[in-house]
Amino acid sequence: MKRLLGALALSTALTAVPLLAEARPVTITTQMSAYGGGGAFVAFYLTDPQGKYAGTLWMAGQQSKYYKDLRGWRAASGGDLAQLDGITGASVGAGKTLKITVDVKDALLDAGYVLHVDAGAEDMRPSPNEITMPLSKAGSGKPVKGRSYIDTMTVSF
Amino acid sequence: MLRSVHRWPGLILAVLILVSALSGAALSVFPALERLSSPQAGAEQSLADLLGRVGAAHPGLEQLRRAPSGQISAWWSDESGTPGRAVVDPATGTDVAPAATSPAELWLTDLHRALFLGRNGRLVMAFSAAGMLVLTLTGAAMVARRMGGWRHWFGRSRGPWPGRVHVDLARFAVGGLMLSSLTGLWMTASAFSLLPDDSAEPDPVLAQGLPPLPPERIALFATTPARDLVKLTFPDPQDPTDVYTLTTTGGTALIDPGSGAVLASVAPTAWERASAIVTMLHTGRGAAVLGLILGLMVLSVPVLVLTGTVQWLRTRRSGVRIPGNTAAGTAETILLVASEGGTTWGFARTLFDGLTKAGQSVHAAELSQFDPARYGRAKRFILLAATYGEGEAPTVARGVLARIAALPAPPTAPVAILGFGDRSFTTFCGYAAQLAEATRTLGWAELIAPCQINRQSPQEFARWSRDLGAALGIALDLTHLPEVPPAVTLSLISRRDHGAEVGAPAAILRFALPPIGLWARLSGQGFARFQAGDLLGVVPAGSDLPRFYSLASGRRDGFVEICVRRQEGGLCSGQLNDLQPGDRIAAFVRPNPAFHPEPGRKPLILIGAGAGIAPLAGFVRANRRGRPVHLWFGARSKDSDFLYGDDLHRWQDRGQLATLETAFSRSARPEHVQDRMSRDRAALSALLAEGAQVMVCGGRDMAAGVRGVLNDILAERGEDLTRLKAEGRYAEDIF
Repeated sequence: MKRLLGALALSTALTAVPLLAEARPVTITTQMSAYGGGGAFVAFYLTDPQGKYAGTLWMAGQQSKYYKDLRGWRAASGGDLAQLDGITGASVGAGKTLKITVDVKDALLDAGYVLHVDAGAEDMRPSPNEITMPLSKAGSGKPVKGRSYIDTMTVSF
Repeated sequence: MLRSVHRWPGLILAVLILVSALSGAALSVFPALERLSSPQAGAEQSLADLLGRVGAAHPGLEQLRRAPSGQISAWWSDESGTPGRAVVDPATGTDVAPAATSPAELWLTDLHRALFLGRNGRLVMAFSAAGMLVLTLTGAAMVARRMGGWRHWFGRSRGPWPGRVHVDLARFAVGGLMLSSLTGLWMTASAFSLLPDDSAEPDPVLAQGLPPLPPERIALFATTPARDLVKLTFPDPQDPTDVYTLTTTGGTALIDPGSGAVLASVAPTAWERASAIVTMLHTGRGAAVLGLILGLMVLSVPVLVLTGTVQWLRTRRSGVRIPGNTAAGTAETILLVASEGGTTWGFARTLFDGLTKAGQSVHAAELSQFDPARYGRAKRFILLAATYGEGEAPTVARGVLARIAALPAPPTAPVAILGFGDRSFTTFCGYAAQLAEATRTLGWAELIAPCQINRQSPQEFARWSRDLGAALGIALDLTHLPEVPPAVTLSLISRRDHGAEVGAPAAILRFALPPIGLWARLSGQGFARFQAGDLLGVVPAGSDLPRFYSLASGRRDGFVEICVRRQEGGLCSGQLNDLQPGDRIAAFVRPNPAFHPEPGRKPLILIGAGAGIAPLAGFVRANRRGRPVHLWFGARSKDSDFLYGDDLHRWQDRGQLATLETAFSRSARPEHVQDRMSRDRAALSALLAEGAQVMVCGGRDMAAGVRGVLNDILAERGEDLTRLKAEGRYAEDIF
């Protein structure tokens, strides 16, 4: 199990919600399923209440060439690589667990923001929006089922 | 230079290259297995037909992929939204296997690509691929140099086994190794986005939102053969504006599910196509047979690493490495050596030490490295040249004559040439003479006149060194005693005496195998590995110079046997002939690979006279596989000096010896072995026509007679001995 720390500014989100600059650590624990392929690329990103892209939390997988398979993330974010500085890590193998901790502004919780997870792996069908879940305190600590690459994902505030 | 560029990456990257090669060879099997186990789409089948069949079996189809092996996988979601996937049979649309790469293949792929170390591991493996490429290129150049030029690339390799195995395997595998390392590097560059080979994608478009057509009715699907499919992604059923994304070998198209119209399309770029071909060549996916061939070639790598390392260790020990050697560019004296067995290097070292002690800066190197451009400060060249066989260049120096002849102008520094040889051969110092001729033709100035050393004579070498010293204006008087490998004590087990009645006493001496140390056993040194035809060096009491006798036995026989005729006034032959069982001598083994039978099933013609029977008898004794071996043997008298007579008859009964023809010079019908061969020319001619190998051992006159008869027989067939020799089918051991 690895613990990764992402220092996330989420600047776009900040301008949308100017109040309350308090931030808190959010831990996302992702248990991959036995999907039968090589290391998976996984993108964690947020959209705002209007469905517009609000920022990327983490990108597992470092070869930008393969980001095109993460279609949901690319469509939302525009695929700009500069925004990934400091928030990328290794791809995640089948059956492995990825644990990341990022700072998220309090103002984004229970405010209609949605966490999206895209996943894909070499020679496999990519899975955009493998998981979508509202960023709400009520969901804290409750495992959410994934579609094909992810077994369960738990977000804890 | 070439050699060190080959050696150091080889030794340093050996482990990485081994991992890469072994995992790559193992991976090469998977595409072939996948190809064999996957039902293939027929040439007639259209994509629409395929979609109809798979769609019927799996409503809620989301994606269809066709691997280069022809394997078709389907992804779908059932009514409850549960995803599923499987490998499907294109003929029926039904599942044939779960769609998942085997854990073994994933594990091997990750090891092969990145040593399980992610990005950094990939860089390490790319580094090892680059090393492999350097090794392949320098290795190819070294083979060309060793064989005497690119034209002789496929010539017969000679020399001790590690080098021979290394060269033979490398020639077999060079294409595969170069292809694998180059394509591997390309794929790494591609993965790191260093190549502009990103797949071209059409600009996003929206469908009109009409009710979707059944996929079979979409025109492009009907006209696209199922075999051209790469990937088809279905539109999201929740989103009426979403489109089909079809990727085939010809490009990617976005299709309106309601109208079936192609809304946008794009063809792959040249880079993308190139990357696809490179990937196919490297992985064998889509070219399974090629993949297997490459895998097989790559399997040679462990043996190459091993034989390469053994060669390096041997060179280190045999001392071709000169401590205190001056760099080529700064030395004033350039000492170039062409040695066959290593003895000439012994003289070279003595000369090197003598000159260095006299204050000269000397660069010593193999003659094969001769390159006038490298010697910026050279004031003189000294060439020491041994001769291989009948006046040929030693193996390591082939091609040098041509390089000298091709020089546009002679080097300004003068040259001295010293040849090493044996006056008992027809062409004494033949190669040194050719070198001298080539330098004269070129107009290369002489430092001192060319000179020859007979049988490693210390006196002649000392005289030459004084002449050299006089030309250089220094006092030089060098004594060189040939270096002798550490001798071990051998104890005589038995002796068989012959020939006393005809005034030519000779003895077959059998010694016990000495105890062999662990290191010698592992490295195959000395008595740990020898075979008939190798030489036993014996240092007689009262002399420092060893005498050499052909071995009549190999390691597997469990004893050391030689055959010695007592020479008039001979120091060593006298001492050996006086030995009684239990007596001891000091001896060592010198490999003589030039006089080993080539492996194979072709007939072997052995011709010998007198004590020359020894190695030939050893070959027959070692012939345990019933190869057709034919012996022509000459002696004085059948009753007195028919050496190995009883053994030969016994071997003949056992099928180890096919025919035995004898000639006795003191008999009712006096004749020599070459006369006997003349009588048997029909049989000899038939054997030669079968591709027989000929091995001759005996005295000079007998060998000359044999050559004459063989040349006559060969001439009738439009061949000659030179050609036989070039094919590796004729070998002599003359004393």
